[in-house]
Amino acid sequence: MKTLWNNYRYLLLRRTTQIGIMFLYFGANAWGWDILIGNLSSSLLFGMIPMSDPYAALQMLAAGAIMATDLLIGVAIITFFYAVVGGRVFCSWVCPVNPITDLANYLRRVLGFNQIQKKQPASRNMRYWAIGLSLIISFALGVTAFEFVSPISMIHRGIIFGFGFGAAAILVIFLFDLFVLKHGWCGYICPLGGAYSIIGKYSLIRVHHDADNCTACMKCKEVCPEVQVLHMIAKDTEPVLSGECTNCARCIEVCDDDALEFSIRNLRSGS
Amino acid sequence: MTDRRNFLLNMARSIGLAGLAGLTWSAYVDEVTASTLILRPPGALSEDDFLATCIKCGMCVEACPYDTLLLAKPGDHKPIGTPYFIPREIPCYMCPDIPCVPVCPTGALDEKSVTDEKTGELDINIADMGLAVIDDESCIAFWGIQCDACYRACPIFGDAITIEYEKNERTGKHAFMKPIVHSDHCTGCGLCERACVTEKPAIFVLPRENALGKAGDYYIKGWDKEDEQRLKNAEAKTTTTEISKKSAMDSLNDIGDLY
Repeated sequence: MKTLWNNYRYLLLRRTTQIGIMFLYFGANAWGWDILIGNLSSSLLFGMIPMSDPYAALQMLAAGAIMATDLLIGVAIITFFYAVVGGRVFCSWVCPVNPITDLANYLRRVLGFNQIQKKQPASRNMRYWAIGLSLIISFALGVTAFEFVSPISMIHRGIIFGFGFGAAAILVIFLFDLFVLKHGWCGYICPLGGAYSIIGKYSLIRVHHDADNCTACMKCKEVCPEVQVLHMIAKDTEPVLSGECTNCARCIEVCDDDALEFSIRNLRSGS
Repeated sequence: MTDRRNFLLNMARSIGLAGLAGLTWSAYVDEVTASTLILRPPGALSEDDFLATCIKCGMCVEACPYDTLLLAKPGDHKPIGTPYFIPREIPCYMCPDIPCVPVCPTGALDEKSVTDEKTGELDINIADMGLAVIDDESCIAFWGIQCDACYRACPIFGDAITIEYEKNERTGKHAFMKPIVHSDHCTGCGLCERACVTEKPAIFVLPRENALGKAGDYYIKGWDKEDEQRLKNAEAKTTTTEISKKSAMDSLNDIGDLY
């Protein structure tokens, strides 16, 4: 169905959760709210539920830090949620970098960059190399390597505690995605996204493709930030099983033929 | 090109890129974590362990009721995302319940290090954030002008800073009242630095690592039984110097290598 709501419902929901989460963090620092304190590296929900970034904790382990109980519980909660339920939803529903890269890629589409350069001269496996490198450097230097360069952290800390020169991180990612590499940061380089791809590989929530309804208009492939996960479009009726799918649901919205929908793994597909 | 050549080229490119990225990345991280002139919240682990353990969540910063703690931003020239404070702007007011420490999820701020062993209660007076140091050339009390601002501001009144009286030979009838910091009591809260009346503070807090020297195990206070125990740590080190094999006569005649 082609209605405005139908074509943007998940996008609106995602922007709401992204802004809402950042607003709660901001409120905690600015006005002393205690709903959600901390930031995306580690936080406390309702003053009692710890949540911690598993990839940051892995770097700490490599750096030789002693792991505190609160941290391990927080890591377990986050890992459990993304591994069992959400998949890689952090990237499209939580991370404040997502609106920036979405804007860059929207401009790319509008300005027709994608018609000029169809193939991207890079490998999407760079993010897994980046994970490996970050762990080696963390081990060698005894500090959490990615956490000291992460533009993601600069941006969410910037929103909550003030940017300083951290606002430059926004510009760097925006320009990189706009002019250098399509979906470059989130789809190729970001090791945090890579970590959540691995964690979310077997999660329950999946986008399901129905080839019978598909008219092969390829609108979904046009908008998908991880287009390799949509290899079955117009060919096979099956769910999107790659962990690299962020469940952003843009493909579901842009499909006017009801060929894509959220589903629960194993219930509809039998896979 | 054959598949094999393609494969080899791709492998070489990946390794080259990974090497380039890895070296640049580690060089950068090594540089930005090298700054040691930074004052951490109470209970912080030693700087090396702190940098490995702090997850940069900022919960200590949010817990601080005086907005003392700051989270290092890009451009602050401090290890990014880690908490610190600038005593001249806002010192640590040494809350008895130390709200910044228990909220730390990773133990980078170690509750045990600020807990009294006997009572099992938090005790801010045993915190070691830094050590106040006096520049006696710019401290006006050392000039003979009466000022005890730091002494009055000190929360561990009478212990961390004491006033030493000394005759002022210049006037012949006045006394110097010199402030002296005692490292075993000073927590490095920085209230003295905040209170100091000089244009740039004559008393300021440095991390202990930077403020203190170390005598080593070879110099012992022989009159102090406790200090003598340190002798046990001292290692014997035997050095041998090679004796010249030339005859003594040669050494007199040989003018050596002048050029």
